[in-house]
Order: sequence, then C-alpha cells, then structure tokens
Amino acid sequence: MSAPCSSAAVIRDDTMSARCSATDTLTAAIARTSAVGAGRDKLNIFLWTDAEHAREQATASMEQLNDTTPGLLVGVPVAIKDNIATTHLPTTCGSRILEGYVSPYEATVVRKLREAGGVIVGKTNMDEFAMGSSTENSAYGPTRNPLAHDRVPGGSSGGSAAAVAAGIVPIALGSDTGGSVRQPASFCGVVGVKPTYGLVSRFGLVAFASSLDQIGVIGATVDDAARGLRVVAGHDKRDSTSADRPVPEYHEAGTSPVKGMVIGRPKEYFPESLDPLIRARCDDAFARLKSLGAVVRDVSLPHTALAVPAYYIVAPAEASANLARFDGVRYGMRMDGDGLRGMYEATRSSGFGAEVTRRILLGTYVLSAGYYDAYYRKAQQVRTLIAADFSKVFASGVDVLFTPTAPTTAFPIGAISDPYEMYMSDIFTVTANLAGLPAMSQPIGRVDGMPVGGQFLAAHFDEMKMFTAAYALERALGAEARA
Amino acid sequence: MTISIHDVQHIATLARLGLTDDRARALVVELNGILVHMDALSQVNTEGVQEAIGVGARGLPTRGDHGPPIPLERGMDAFAPSIRDGFFLVPRLATHESSPSQ
Repeated sequence: MSAPCSSAAVIRDDTMSARCSATDTLTAAIARTSAVGAGRDKLNIFLWTDAEHAREQATASMEQLNDTTPGLLVGVPVAIKDNIATTHLPTTCGSRILEGYVSPYEATVVRKLREAGGVIVGKTNMDEFAMGSSTENSAYGPTRNPLAHDRVPGGSSGGSAAAVAAGIVPIALGSDTGGSVRQPASFCGVVGVKPTYGLVSRFGLVAFASSLDQIGVIGATVDDAARGLRVVAGHDKRDSTSADRPVPEYHEAGTSPVKGMVIGRPKEYFPESLDPLIRARCDDAFARLKSLGAVVRDVSLPHTALAVPAYYIVAPAEASANLARFDGVRYGMRMDGDGLRGMYEATRSSGFGAEVTRRILLGTYVLSAGYYDAYYRKAQQVRTLIAADFSKVFASGVDVLFTPTAPTTAFPIGAISDPYEMYMSDIFTVTANLAGLPAMSQPIGRVDGMPVGGQFLAAHFDEMKMFTAAYALERALGAEARA
Repeated sequence: MTISIHDVQHIATLARLGLTDDRARALVVELNGILVHMDALSQVNTEGVQEAIGVGARGLPTRGDHGPPIPLERGMDAFAPSIRDGFFLVPRLATHESSPSQ
C-alpha cells in the first residue's frame, strides 16, 4: 500500500527544494485514495473527484517555485467538504436535491487554498446539508471510519476527517455549525479547528444556520490545521459577517510557552455520567499541561445543560429559512406535481432526506405563530446566558478551557436511530457555536482502540492561545496521543 | 407542549413539503420525542435577558444593498436552458402547458 501523505510543512519544503514535485505528491495522494478504498464501494470518502483538473492545479502550484513569496501550501493536496462551492466539481451538500449542481463561482476559502498552492483532490462526503453527527445522512451512503470500517467517522464533515485520517491529504476543509468539524476529528483521531465566528469567510459555503456556521480546518496534526487556518482566515468583503482584522501566524504559536497559562476545567463538561475512560484521558491531558507549568483551574459554565435544546431550536429555525430556496426552480432537481405548489412539494419531499425534512419541520414549527415566544425567543435568550457564562470565565483570567470533544468514541454504523440521542453527540461542541467562540479538537489517546478527542476553547479571536496550548499538549503526549 | 398530526400537516404546508399520511404520523412521534427535551428551556428564568442577535461583540452586521460583482466561472447564459432579453427562460410547469407562452 502507498504510504500516508507527509505533513503540509514537509510537502511544501520538499516541493520548494525540488525533492518532489506537486504532481508527484498528487499522484501519491490518488494512489493512496485507491489503496485505502476511499471510493463509493468501500470507505465512501469522496463524492466527486477530477484527477485531470487536479493535475492542472498541481502544475499551476509549481509556478510558485520562483515567487518571492510562495504560498504556505505549495504542492499540498487538500480535500473540500461538499457544501463548499467549487467551479470544477459538483457541490451537492450530500443531497439528492442538488445532484449534478456545479456552482458558477467558487468559495473564497477555495480560492485562497489554490492561491496558496494547495491542490484540490476532491469533494468529501457529508451528512445532507451538514445535518448529522455520523455522515450516515448522506444521500450517497455513509462514510466509514478508516480506523474501524464498521464505525462512523462522525459528522457532518465525516468525509473530510476520514480523508485526513486515511493519510490521503494532510488538510481538509469542513464546516462546523454545532461541532461538525471537531466531533469527526475526535472520532477519526485527527485535529479539527472551528474558528471564531467571522474569522473565515463563509462566501460560497451553502448556508445551514447562518448565525452558527463556520468553515473549519481538519489537519493530521496541530501544525497542519494551523497552516490551513492561516491560509483561509481573513477579511472578505463578500461576507458581511467577516471580521476585518489581521490574521496571526497560527503555525508559529507552538514557540510560545504554555507555562503560566491558565486552563479552565468546566465541571459541567465532566458529569458523573461521563465515560470513565474518556475522563481518564482528559485527566491525563490536564496532568501533562500542569507538568509544563500551566495552571489548571476548576470553573463553572452553569447553563451548559441548556445548550443542546437551545441549539436544536435555533439551528433548525435558521435552516428552515435557508433551505426554502431549494424548490425545483433555482437549483438541481425538479419533480412534476399538481401546479406550482405541487411541484414545490414533490421536489422538496423527494429531494430532501429524513433528517433534513425533520429539521425543516421543527424549524418551521418553532417559528410559527403561537410557538415563537415559547421556543425561538426563549432559545435566543438562553443563548445569551450561555455566551455570558463564557465571557465571565474568560474575564476572570482563564486563557483557554479544556474539555472532552464528545461523550463517546466512534459508534457502530446504524447504532443510533433516535434523533435526540444523535443530537446529544454534540453536547460538548454546540456551546462554542452558540457563543461564536473558537474551539478545536485533538487526539489525546484511545479507548478500546478508538481515538478520544480533547477540546480547547478560547475567547473570541484568541486562536493563538488555543494553538499554543494545543501544540504543547501534542508534543507532551507524543505518540501516546494516537496510541 | 405536544405536536398533533394537524400541526405536522400545517407546518408541512408552510414548509412546502408533501407528506404521506404514514410519514406525517411517524413525524408526530419523532417531533414530540425531540420537543419534550426542549421543555427544559421553559424552566429557565429569562426575564430581562436580551435575545442573542448575532454572536460576539459585533452584533449582527449588515451591508448595503450593493457589493462587489461575483466573479462567475461561466457566463449568465450558462445558468438556464435559454436566455432572452436578459431574463432566464426555465422549463414550463406541466400544468401550464396549455397557457399562452408570452
């Protein structure tokens, strides 16, 4: 079998020093794709690929070799979640309703990756419209976890996490509305970063819940994720929610000391019901950070238990509005029906899967007359309380928080059929989205052979502190992080 | 609060989703199974608490009703089966086949 890809930094160095060409690296990535069985009939990681176009990108990447300021990802193969617009590959969001849709424009993040010398290998599988925590909700079938083929890779960015975990690419883009980058990163034993809301342009990201959506980066290592984020972050006049502020060199955060850093341990993320083996991995991570001179402080985020109910009102409410545009007129498929309304209903009922239908109905319900105050308004007020909890903790001198990323490791495909039980997979991740905070997951060991993720959270735009802690923990754990 | 089959059919109409009777009945169970967990919110005292508007310190940014042109990969005429006088011509609905074409 062909070897897993090298890190983004090594690939760039090899490309720049002519030890390896971008085309050779791409060829190896494609060979790896075949070797691990990433196609539809096995792991089902990629929905759409175009090797010929990828080779053209690799050739274009090599043109940067003589530049005075070559990009940070020259020659680096990358994968893109299927809800991020590309002009040479379809963008279907894992849905039948967008089957065959090719965007006429590309997302800002895709342009930035290309301009930095990245080579797009393909579009990755996902839960339909990013609604799910297992990648089982794709219209194109589930993705399988490369580490255990009978298990889910997490979701909704399961294809992107699996592409990195399988050693095909060192960097992949996902989207994180309630944990969809961090939870699959945890399940697949890789690193997943959800940036501060506004740090990365959402232009070209198909909207699910606009006040929660952020494009995130999945990397094989902390450094891969840091480099990927450095490239895609920054102001974009095409996204009104994009922040106009300088972008730090995240990949240099590892040179800062963790000594003296105050790391909060929020008690609500370590309930008595938490799997003791996952708790033990987290305790070990705290011990490593302490040994490096960090100060661990117990803190409280008292409204945490309300986050999942609040999230599953706000997110479906926004989704019900955002997905109204898919009606058979403007995009993708159309089904015949009785009159215009019949056509809408036939198209949407046929085009959307069960989970998307459920969330559209839930969102429509909580926004409808008579229920708006009891559900939507209440949830938005609780969201304020959740954000205030974080503000208070960070104002008290806590630099970063550390928690488990998910309450379980990767579960077997088909194991969870109850919708709310699946929603509880997001219990430790939705808070960052509700408050707009940066958060990241990284591997901190294994339980019964499956990876466990630990999550750092930081104050708005404090990604540098988060990366400093993550680099330190990764170094401290060494090979144990993945053992 | 519980949701009835009438509620499901009503919101399906609002959401332009066609549901079979069997699917509508199943959704009553599924949605009530979710909404029962949302009742935890009703126990929280939110008197005087501002609703969240956007996230972070910037609130909800808006932009003027203009902006930079979107760089299209393909021309406008690639978006529809045909184009006339700057308008897209899309397939006619089957139920409108007999109506005048103009």
